[in-house]
Amino acid sequence: MNNLRTGQFTQRNRLPAGGRINRDEEITFRYNNQYYRGFKGDTLASALIANGVSVVGRSFKYSRPRGIMCAGVEEPNAIMQVGSTEATQTPNVRATEQPLFQGLVSSAVNGWPSVNVDAMSVVGKLGGDVMGPGFYYKTFMYPASMWETYEKFIRKAAGLGRCSTRIDPDRYDHMNHHVDVLVVGAGPAGLMAALAAAGTGARVMLADEQTEVGGSLLFSTQELNGKPGLDWVATACDALDNNANVIRLAHATVTGYHDHNFLTISERRTHHLGDSAPAGQTRERLHKVRAGVVILATGAHERPLVFANNDLPGCMVCSAVSHYIRRYAVVPGGSLVVMTANDSGYQCAFDWFDVGREVTAIVDTRAVAGSDVVEGAKSRGITVIPASAVVEVKGSKRVKRAVVYAISEKGNFVKGDARELDCDTVATSGGWSPAVHLSCHTGSRPVWRDDIIGFVPGATHENRFEVGSVAGEHDLSDALKHAAKIGCQAANKALDAQHANSVAIPQCDAVNSAAPMAIFHIPHPKAPSRAPKQFVDMQNDVTASGIQMSTREGFESIEHVKRYTAMGFGTDQGKTGNVNGMAIVANTLNQTIAETGTTVFRPNYRPVTFGAVAGAHVKELFDPKRFSAMHRWHLDNGAKFETVGQWMRPWYFPRDGENMHDAVNRECLATRNDVGILDASTLGKIDIQGKDTREFLGRVYTNAWAKLAPGRCRYGLMCGEDGMVMDDGVTSCLADNHFLMTTTTGGAANVLNWLEIYHQTEWPEMDVYFNSVTDHWATLSIAGPKSASLLKELCTDIDLSEDSFKFMDWRSGNVAGVPARVYRISFTGEHSFEINVAAHYGLHVWKALFEHGVKYNLTPYGTESMHVLRAEKGFLIVGQDTDGSVTPEDLNHGWAVSYNKPYSFIGKRGMRREDCLRPNRKQLVALATKEPDVVLPEGAQAVRNPRQSIPMTMVGHITSSYYSANLGRSIAMGLIRDGINRMGESVYFPLADGRTIEATIVGTDWFAE
Amino acid sequence: MFLIYCPHCEEQREEDEFHASGQAHLARPADPDACSDKEWGEFLYFRKNPRGLHRELWQHTAGCRKYFNIARDTVTYEIHGSYKVGETYEPTFQSHTSEQPGSEQRDFKHHGSEQPSDDTAS
Repeated sequence: MNNLRTGQFTQRNRLPAGGRINRDEEITFRYNNQYYRGFKGDTLASALIANGVSVVGRSFKYSRPRGIMCAGVEEPNAIMQVGSTEATQTPNVRATEQPLFQGLVSSAVNGWPSVNVDAMSVVGKLGGDVMGPGFYYKTFMYPASMWETYEKFIRKAAGLGRCSTRIDPDRYDHMNHHVDVLVVGAGPAGLMAALAAAGTGARVMLADEQTEVGGSLLFSTQELNGKPGLDWVATACDALDNNANVIRLAHATVTGYHDHNFLTISERRTHHLGDSAPAGQTRERLHKVRAGVVILATGAHERPLVFANNDLPGCMVCSAVSHYIRRYAVVPGGSLVVMTANDSGYQCAFDWFDVGREVTAIVDTRAVAGSDVVEGAKSRGITVIPASAVVEVKGSKRVKRAVVYAISEKGNFVKGDARELDCDTVATSGGWSPAVHLSCHTGSRPVWRDDIIGFVPGATHENRFEVGSVAGEHDLSDALKHAAKIGCQAANKALDAQHANSVAIPQCDAVNSAAPMAIFHIPHPKAPSRAPKQFVDMQNDVTASGIQMSTREGFESIEHVKRYTAMGFGTDQGKTGNVNGMAIVANTLNQTIAETGTTVFRPNYRPVTFGAVAGAHVKELFDPKRFSAMHRWHLDNGAKFETVGQWMRPWYFPRDGENMHDAVNRECLATRNDVGILDASTLGKIDIQGKDTREFLGRVYTNAWAKLAPGRCRYGLMCGEDGMVMDDGVTSCLADNHFLMTTTTGGAANVLNWLEIYHQTEWPEMDVYFNSVTDHWATLSIAGPKSASLLKELCTDIDLSEDSFKFMDWRSGNVAGVPARVYRISFTGEHSFEINVAAHYGLHVWKALFEHGVKYNLTPYGTESMHVLRAEKGFLIVGQDTDGSVTPEDLNHGWAVSYNKPYSFIGKRGMRREDCLRPNRKQLVALATKEPDVVLPEGAQAVRNPRQSIPMTMVGHITSSYYSANLGRSIAMGLIRDGINRMGESVYFPLADGRTIEATIVGTDWFAE
Repeated sequence: MFLIYCPHCEEQREEDEFHASGQAHLARPADPDACSDKEWGEFLYFRKNPRGLHRELWQHTAGCRKYFNIARDTVTYEIHGSYKVGETYEPTFQSHTSEQPGSEQRDFKHHGSEQPSDDTAS
């Protein structure tokens, strides 16, 4: 691209050696239209740090510059749009989770026109003080009609990433697993638990979301068995990989913990290789795992401390600094100030110092630190400032100075005078928050533990254990021992066995540490509302004073505070900020954190792409299409199709230059004057057998079936228990104990369920069997005055004469040389034959009919003509002319209800309810427009008096409406209040376009004299 | 996603294979024509929504197509037992949430004269 600025090819923050990167494989990538370089093994975040990029986005509400704060899934700031083409755009990618690949193109999702010159920052700075929590609710609430206007601007300002507008070129898939033990997280505790579980012979799955396993060992200095921790990790992985009972997944995040130990794992299979998956590979896979026992070894996220301007680029969490230095060999700055409330925060200062950069000071909020870290600082000559805190940092786009005060023992107020320390990076550690998220997904509530200053997973009814940091075990030696024990115990539980633990537990040196301090919100000489902003949730711009304000406004439940301030929403789901926010709420309300409680985390733990959710279930695999046996002929003959349920039905068959109107008129005229043919195969067909079939039909249909003889058919109406029409169709008696029921195309599956539930739960004593045979038969319906002549040419063994083969009879015989059931039933009012043959003969018979049909002007017609033809005769379509509030009487179909049957059939009691018997119900009638050429729109509302004031009293609506070429006028059906008693009266249809159409209520059979 | 035991197939199967059909033990009145409109309305429309143990009718739609009942805790979603239509099932476990009065098998003839009970109170 021409407008690209020349990249900085110097990785000035890259260390000359070290790190788990491959320096032989240099990678060029793009960020905000500039080229940069990194190495294979980098994340996008580590590569940006290597190149000295400080500002990686602008904040959501105040548009403040933001930098990289963390090194993993919990990162709130470095949210990127990734993708080199429109089709491969991926929004809201955490730069800390995105492996670097050749040609990666990324940009900050937030910040317009650029992150360094942000037009919105003026608003942020000016508006900052007035944009408290609930700002959007309060400001843009009125008038409600303006919301759509506001929303566009708010959304643009909010600056979340955007989706691709093209079809995703990649493929995704799903995989099911059944395992005895699923271990979530491959840090030291997870690996240990997996080894122990696998040692029993159990089927074990181990999933880890990072590109490399090892968890905290990837950046810690702790040794196992006297060697670097990662040596043990490599040995452990080898052991697991060589065990055929173990499945180990990398870059696979367990995102959902669902009922009955069903977990979903989102595996990113190729996101480290490129924008798009290599040929033949799926980009992501969703694993669906049913686990006997689940062991959570999800670790913990380090909490930053909350202080003034703590969102300035250069403010990070301590472990992230170690992570970048040790794993990626990049140093996020030149001079460091550490603020910590525990011993673990010291490590990043040591790492920083050991690579030769300046550590200005370690500021410890406690008076006393552990002897190991005190010794470590002393040996390096690093200044430690005890019982103090960084209350504020200064700078514009990067930290320049840290303001340090002494603080009280409990950390609730500052003492003495300010001290300013020059630095460009401030790393903080307020402690570790166990990653309890998955434990909450099935309803368990986390429990606060004062001793570890964090929430741990609560009790559960699922078969679930926790090991390592997520269980509050921050000491490596203890965590490994416990994990080994639990791994074996979990496997035994899943296997119902008593195996002894057989795995060796690696040894590590004991650590002499001092107790951490429970401090979350660093005091400032000014009140939080007057001090510079102190951020709790970076991604949603939630500040300490905002949380305090929301409690003052009465939002005291933590769930309410969350929703009012938006704390914990967003891609990071509050992984860094939530506990700090809860502590601030607790403090404001003068209660403990345990009393305040936590919000409940729901799936998913991290964002999951729609591609992974959909898997292979796209297009036809998501919504299969059903085709009749004659589909090929329909295609060859230019049919336009309509989707009915999943069926592709011919809609009409246009000839050269015909539009739909012309084609339908021609098809309707041909059917009434000559002969038409319809593919009716999609009608639902249920084969019913058993000696009680007759009685059963009498109970589920409204009419009588006791006397229907073999060889005869009958139209039946099916109602629900409420008396409303549910389905209809023709059922034929094949033999005394054998019937074939037809249903509407869309109702077939429901009707089968309906028959089954009544048979199995209400009348199990009845001898009756159901079988869906919809797909077994092809149904060819020929209708029109010449239909008998046509059929006679192909069928010689059935007497087709009117006297012998009467309306509503069926006969078996041969048509075009194949066995057929021929029905004299009609949905057009014409003389018709419905030819049913085994589906694989369908096309043969269809073609044979056309070979003989040319001289009769045999014309194929589709669903549109079918609708017109049936409407000309007043035949209803359930679901179009009925809507679930219509009884048989409302349809003027009382003739199809046999009230005197001995058994109280389904629907009988319902249709005798007071409301169903009252006068003035809406009834199905036909409507003739005064002007015959005007076709009423379906759904048009009827009124009796068009000159009444608005809102008018509506008396019904149009359900079906067409132009009939046979009648030379429009025809319509509708449900009109008291319509059957008001034949000849006019009703009016005021339309949205200003026209009012007058129509007369008439009988539904347009051919009736 | 539930793991459901089909008492007809005698296997634990994935929820995908099943279809929930609402409250179990809803007997159709023996003589519908003798029911008042109110009684019929209750049979048609009033359903329990208990907090705790609930009896539900499910169909093994993608399996044997048989209907059967399950006893499920609506708080924890634990399924305590599956049993065939026509059978009874008395839970023998310690429920996390107790079975509510009124969630016993529903006998329409006794229930008909009562006001719809509020099963949601805990």
